[in-house]
Amino acid sequence: MRFIYDLHQSMITHNVILIYEGDFTQETTKSILSMAERNLESSGEESGIKKRIFNVMVEALQNIVKHSDEIEVDKSKSHAAIFLIGNEQSRYSIMSGNPVRKENIPTLKNALEKINSLDKDGLKELYKEIIKNTTISEKGGAGLGFVDMARKSGEKLEWDFVDVNEEYSFFCLKVNIARAKEAVA
Amino acid sequence: MEILNIEGAEDTPKIILDRTNGIFEISGRSLPEDSAEFYKPVLEWLKSYSGQSNSATDFVFKLEYFNTASSKLILDVLSSLESIGGTTVHWYHHEDDEDMQEAGQEFSELVEIPFEFRTY
Repeated sequence: MRFIYDLHQSMITHNVILIYEGDFTQETTKSILSMAERNLESSGEESGIKKRIFNVMVEALQNIVKHSDEIEVDKSKSHAAIFLIGNEQSRYSIMSGNPVRKENIPTLKNALEKINSLDKDGLKELYKEIIKNTTISEKGGAGLGFVDMARKSGEKLEWDFVDVNEEYSFFCLKVNIARAKEAVA
Repeated sequence: MEILNIEGAEDTPKIILDRTNGIFEISGRSLPEDSAEFYKPVLEWLKSYSGQSNSATDFVFKLEYFNTASSKLILDVLSSLESIGGTTVHWYHHEDDEDMQEAGQEFSELVEIPFEFRTY
């Protein structure tokens, strides 16, 4: 039973206020959103910041629903992924982790590196360029999720690929949103 | 023409397209699981409306939130409106929601339709 306490302590140490682990669907997305909205509602956070957090949450959750690759562990197949919200002194962070097949990593890396190389105006131009030329993919995405998250964050996206086995890596993403300046003090 | 009336939900907007009464409005939240499927009836309605449109079409967007997959479909709706003469887009945003105002400005730069910006 020790792990329950350890997990609890770990959440406190890392300032994590919400974790969801498991299969992700549109229904779980809606539940997590309404839970987080209630938390934020009572936090007294500025409405613009709350909307940005909501915005990044939606993109992160729908990315998992649409793009998390099915991983086979001990012969059982699973889409298991993780979603977390952190609440640090000066910022919120929206974090996600999901398995990706290794052949999909270069495309993801290129997209993330390009986004992180751009400033505010560069991101705006990239957004407009993609929205003009994109078509909705089979998975239902517009290819705009990361760009939008970076724009709403105003900071660089933090990401990593953790090796799982020969076929899969675990894609970890952290998107930070600074608190309103008045709230810092 | 038949009225297109879609009730809003937690993750989908309320939509009314009513030629007779001159009401064209999309409002609320838009983060459907399948945005292309959700907006299909809207695009189809506009296609048939374009052949028999009113002299003026005041199209209202009063969105609280939309996800990126919906933003592509909103652009598709706006592109359909481009070919309908006498269209004005009325883009509403909450008075303290600068991001929604900016989103409207960006859409206005992508299509050739007059936009009017309003707060609620």
